[in-house]
Amino acid sequence: MTDARNLPSRDLSEKRLKQRHAAEARFKLYGQLAIVIALGFLVVLLARVVQQGYTVFWTHSITTSVYLDPARIDRADLEGNNFDYLAAQNLLKRLKVQDDALGLASGEAMDLVSRDLGYRILGAIKDDPKVIGTTLTFTVPVKANADLYYKGEIERSTPETDRKLSNRQLDWLDRLEAEGLVRSHFNSDFFTNSDSTEPEQAGVLGAVVGSALMLLVAAFIAVPVGVLAAVWLEEFAPRGRLSGFIEVNINNLAAVPSIVYGLLGLVLFINWLGFPRSAPLTGGLVLALMSLPTIIIATRAALKAVPPSIREAALGMGASRTQTVFHHVLPQAAPGVMTGIILSLAHALGETAPLLMIGMVAFTPGLPESLASAASVLPVQVFIWENAAEAAFHERTAGAIIVLLVFMILMNATAVILRRRFEKRW
Amino acid sequence: MSFTLAFALLLAFSVGVWWLGRRRASALAGGERLHSLPGYYGTWVALWTGIPAALILLLFLTAGPRLGEALIAADPPAAVASLPSETAQAFWNDAQSLARGEPTTAIQWTPEQRAALEQKAEQARQYNGFSAFAALALAGVLALGGFLLAWPRISPTLRARNQVEGWINIALMACSAIAVLTTIGIVASLLYEAMRFFASVPPLDFLFGLQWQPQIAMREDQVAAKGAFGAVPLFAGTFLVMIVAMCVAAPVGLFCAIYLSEYAGRTTRGVIKPLLEILAGVPTVVYGFFAALTVGPLFRGFFNWIGSWLAEGPLDPLGQYLMAVQNEMALTAGVVMGIMLIPYISSLSDDIINAVPQSLRDGSYAMGATKSETVKRVILPAALPGVMGAMLLAISRAVGETMIVTMAAGSQARITANPLDSVTTVTRQMVELLTGDQEFDSPRTLAAFGLGLTLFGVTLVLNIIALRIVQKYRQAYD
Repeated sequence: MTDARNLPSRDLSEKRLKQRHAAEARFKLYGQLAIVIALGFLVVLLARVVQQGYTVFWTHSITTSVYLDPARIDRADLEGNNFDYLAAQNLLKRLKVQDDALGLASGEAMDLVSRDLGYRILGAIKDDPKVIGTTLTFTVPVKANADLYYKGEIERSTPETDRKLSNRQLDWLDRLEAEGLVRSHFNSDFFTNSDSTEPEQAGVLGAVVGSALMLLVAAFIAVPVGVLAAVWLEEFAPRGRLSGFIEVNINNLAAVPSIVYGLLGLVLFINWLGFPRSAPLTGGLVLALMSLPTIIIATRAALKAVPPSIREAALGMGASRTQTVFHHVLPQAAPGVMTGIILSLAHALGETAPLLMIGMVAFTPGLPESLASAASVLPVQVFIWENAAEAAFHERTAGAIIVLLVFMILMNATAVILRRRFEKRW
Repeated sequence: MSFTLAFALLLAFSVGVWWLGRRRASALAGGERLHSLPGYYGTWVALWTGIPAALILLLFLTAGPRLGEALIAADPPAAVASLPSETAQAFWNDAQSLARGEPTTAIQWTPEQRAALEQKAEQARQYNGFSAFAALALAGVLALGGFLLAWPRISPTLRARNQVEGWINIALMACSAIAVLTTIGIVASLLYEAMRFFASVPPLDFLFGLQWQPQIAMREDQVAAKGAFGAVPLFAGTFLVMIVAMCVAAPVGLFCAIYLSEYAGRTTRGVIKPLLEILAGVPTVVYGFFAALTVGPLFRGFFNWIGSWLAEGPLDPLGQYLMAVQNEMALTAGVVMGIMLIPYISSLSDDIINAVPQSLRDGSYAMGATKSETVKRVILPAALPGVMGAMLLAISRAVGETMIVTMAAGSQARITANPLDSVTTVTRQMVELLTGDQEFDSPRTLAAFGLGLTLFGVTLVLNIIALRIVQKYRQAYD
């Protein structure tokens, strides 16, 4: 017997073993690093969105009283009166500031209060003309830039020429706040208003409703068609060249860029069939075509997972093939099918590019009246606001993203719960 | 409106017929043994009643208005024949709007055009009224006829279940056919519009031209200016962004997959996989926002800072260049797109690595190999074709991704390999061309379809190759 300890190769192999173990540790570290990088991106992404958007959930309102001077209001042409100017002068009086000859001061004061005030005064007078001559009190949002100042996003330390508000305006805002006329509160307008050119009045309701309508149309078409197509391919289709061709076709469709579906929608639905542009109906059809392949693939996978014994038992009891599939196989596969449907609709909810192709970039204030009228949808709203010049739209962009993500997470969570609770392991 | 009512009536009628048919079958069941359950008889009659009529109504709703427009426009009056095509189009639109009582365009028509317009509107009104009446009447006749034909045939020997199942089978096949029709629709619509584009710009100039200046086409006299629609800079930009994205996504995604499938325990997998799925579920417009407002400024700040270090030193030109770097560089869009692709590559590769048979691993461990050696020498070589397929699928997605590049890449078309330059991509240009206020018929708008066709062709080839590889690979180990 040779003493292994004395052989030079023992040292060598120990050294090599050490190297190999070091390589092993390094490799594992790379893997962990990759996971950390991927999850780090997720955290940074979500954190940035929240950080840029959380401010949108509260806002500032100003309570101001306006003396409706009969001498200044033209009763014959109510709509022609500049009530904002009137209100601004009242505000200046309250601040004990003398307006200059050019009206610059009242102009600057007008830029502090939302234009909503003028409409509110007009509405009050229209309701009851007798209010002219009295003093009314209104609570309205402050203008977006003033709101940004209160939230600390416009700072006094920036040189006056570089910021949207003058020193004088900042002084007034400080005084208004000190006098308790300005109140900060939950921004319900963001959830009850639709898109607007004025940032402080822009909200997501129109986009949420538009998205919901579009998703309904998409689901109404894609779910039955997708599920039935999958049932045919999986349970009825003769295995052969035709079903092979359809399968390749569907797999390819699932990987076609979404923007191409937008082109299809533009040509087929809008140019050839005369569907309305930018409407939830057209958008829903495009999204339905887009989510069809993924629904088919998910449904087929769920059907495949149902063991043949179920089918054999049903057939053995004398059920026809159709009865077997619709009474036994499909109900057993339902949780998997539902999960696939929800995930694919959640994806459709966040899709933007094909909707740009069918003209959804147009500015659409107000709620959509029908499936065929112009509407805005959440992801496109994000895109539009991101392009807007005003700084106040940036927090709204992030706010709309938060709303969008909440909906997506709700849908995904539903899918996960469905999968966890109802999916059977055979 | 009348059609909604017609559909509702048809539905109500069919439900009534279903109930009648079921009742009759039940009554018959007293004497003789029925072939099928009574409900099948009801369904059978209801199908014959409802389906043909509903198809007629649907056909009329989608194709009717277009047919009407074509009929009305078949013989243009003299006053219109001489108009340029866009104005003529407006004329026909106005005629249709007038016929429907909708507001017309603001165009002031000359008296004789006005007269022709009135006449055509009257024609359109007549056609609309007649065709709507005809469709409704035809649907009514079909519904009633179907019912009358089917009703007497209800008998205990009628194989109602088999008949109904035949209908169901046809419906299922029709649904599958829609998937194929979608492909045909995509190819047909892209080809049709692209042909119109290639009529004014030769395909070779488009595919190999080095100049991309679509705005030139806005001027009438330069519509077909040579080189204005050369798409090579767009292909180059797309390629550059894709390469950057893959440089980020391929290693990170692959290592994620290796770690998850070979190293991570059950619980770790259970936590990390759903988190990666969230990353995969984030809408692309959110990635675009992230790129434009976070990553872009961050990179610019970083490179400007390095530039300010290098400036006035031995590397002054480089420093000056870095100081002038803008937000909208290829790197920004590429890196963010890479982040988007990480979960995609990771989940595809994860599946593929899991499909490598356990016996290969066991064999490797039995020879004394460590885990990393097993991965590097056994699993990855075995999984290589599948992983390549996954990478190709990811490339195809990167090429077709739109929102990130629309929001974070530039709009200057240039051929460069420098990721710090601003480049533009095929998809970004498609968005720009189609969201403008251009007439649909202008080459500028139609160029989007040339680009779309190229994009579809490239991604189709990539997908077919990738899916082939992945499938072959799966079969090898099944």
